[in-house]
Amino acid sequence: MKAILSDLLIKNGLIFAFLVVGLILLVSFWIARRVLGGLIPGVAVAIIIGLVLAFLGGERGIASFPLFSGMALLGGSMLRDFAVVATATGADPAQMKHAGPAGTIALFIGVVLAFVIGVALALAMGYTDPVSLTTIGAGVCTYIVGPVTGTALGATSEVMAISIAAGVVKTIATTVLTPLLARRLGLDNPHSAVVFGGLLGTTSGVAAGLAATDPKLVPYGALTATFYTGLGCLLCPSVLHVIVLALLG
Amino acid sequence: MTIYGVATLAACFLLGKVVGTLLGAVIGIDGDVGGVGFAMLLLILVNGYLRRRGMMDGATAGGIRFWSAMYIPIIVAMASVQHATAALSGGWLALLAGIVATLAALALVPLLSRIGRPGEETAKES
Repeated sequence: MKAILSDLLIKNGLIFAFLVVGLILLVSFWIARRVLGGLIPGVAVAIIIGLVLAFLGGERGIASFPLFSGMALLGGSMLRDFAVVATATGADPAQMKHAGPAGTIALFIGVVLAFVIGVALALAMGYTDPVSLTTIGAGVCTYIVGPVTGTALGATSEVMAISIAAGVVKTIATTVLTPLLARRLGLDNPHSAVVFGGLLGTTSGVAAGLAATDPKLVPYGALTATFYTGLGCLLCPSVLHVIVLALLG
Repeated sequence: MTIYGVATLAACFLLGKVVGTLLGAVIGIDGDVGGVGFAMLLLILVNGYLRRRGMMDGATAGGIRFWSAMYIPIIVAMASVQHATAALSGGWLALLAGIVATLAALALVPLLSRIGRPGEETAKES
């Protein structure tokens, strides 16, 4: 009986994932209202429960267990991007227009800032070869920029792992810290959401952080964040690596 | 019909991805640069056009609105399939770098938000 049931749920993984996520949200909104008294939004609670579940599994989070493999489809990049694009209908084009210059500047500053922090901390912790420094700096941008840069430059797998880990930490930190700090940062309008997306750049972190703060801001942050990884992949192995080489050589 | 809305969304999504991938190829990156961003801008244009011509009826708009509303459940599912254990496996350097970079970027949000923000004068005009 148990085998039949789990077989059925695995076969209908996506549908089971709808049910699981529905239950997570139900429990989260209940906790947010009854236990936390509205202190933390229900969406934020749900995302934190999601992250806790991710720690139970391996590389694919909770989807490492066959029973929950449908979560990887529901939470994969295809449906995520599809839903993010759909949120654009709720965005005001005029708001995006006047935030454009600020968003573009934020993108460049965001990539360079993350890179510099990564390189500086790696130096402080005893890394001296330029390839490792650049790869770790790139990983701090996002966990995609890191391995792309590391592969291009021929970094060791140990450094590659650190660089990916740094990117994952940034995604999780953005998810958790954004709703907590949003009010103090003035992150309550489309204009600063565009800037926020460009500065942080981790698509998942920006999307989740804004969803937990105010879902209305999601399209604005997602618009700029989507360019960040590409810009990082462009700048890190080229211009930024040359600068690292010049400073160390 | 609902499916017209979903199909419009799909068309914008795919076109945006094509543009993003082509842009990636032009600058020598094997991947998608800003595909989602292009798709969003396209959807805003198409949505506005169809609305003005009266071709975006309730059911059609509902096809897009459904996916927009599914956004949060999808994000919750996404959180649960992150490679979270990797965050700890990279050691102190990864942990420190990720958190410091996040805080530094967040600290710049109020500063950069001042650029190009419509002041009181523009607010009066509109």
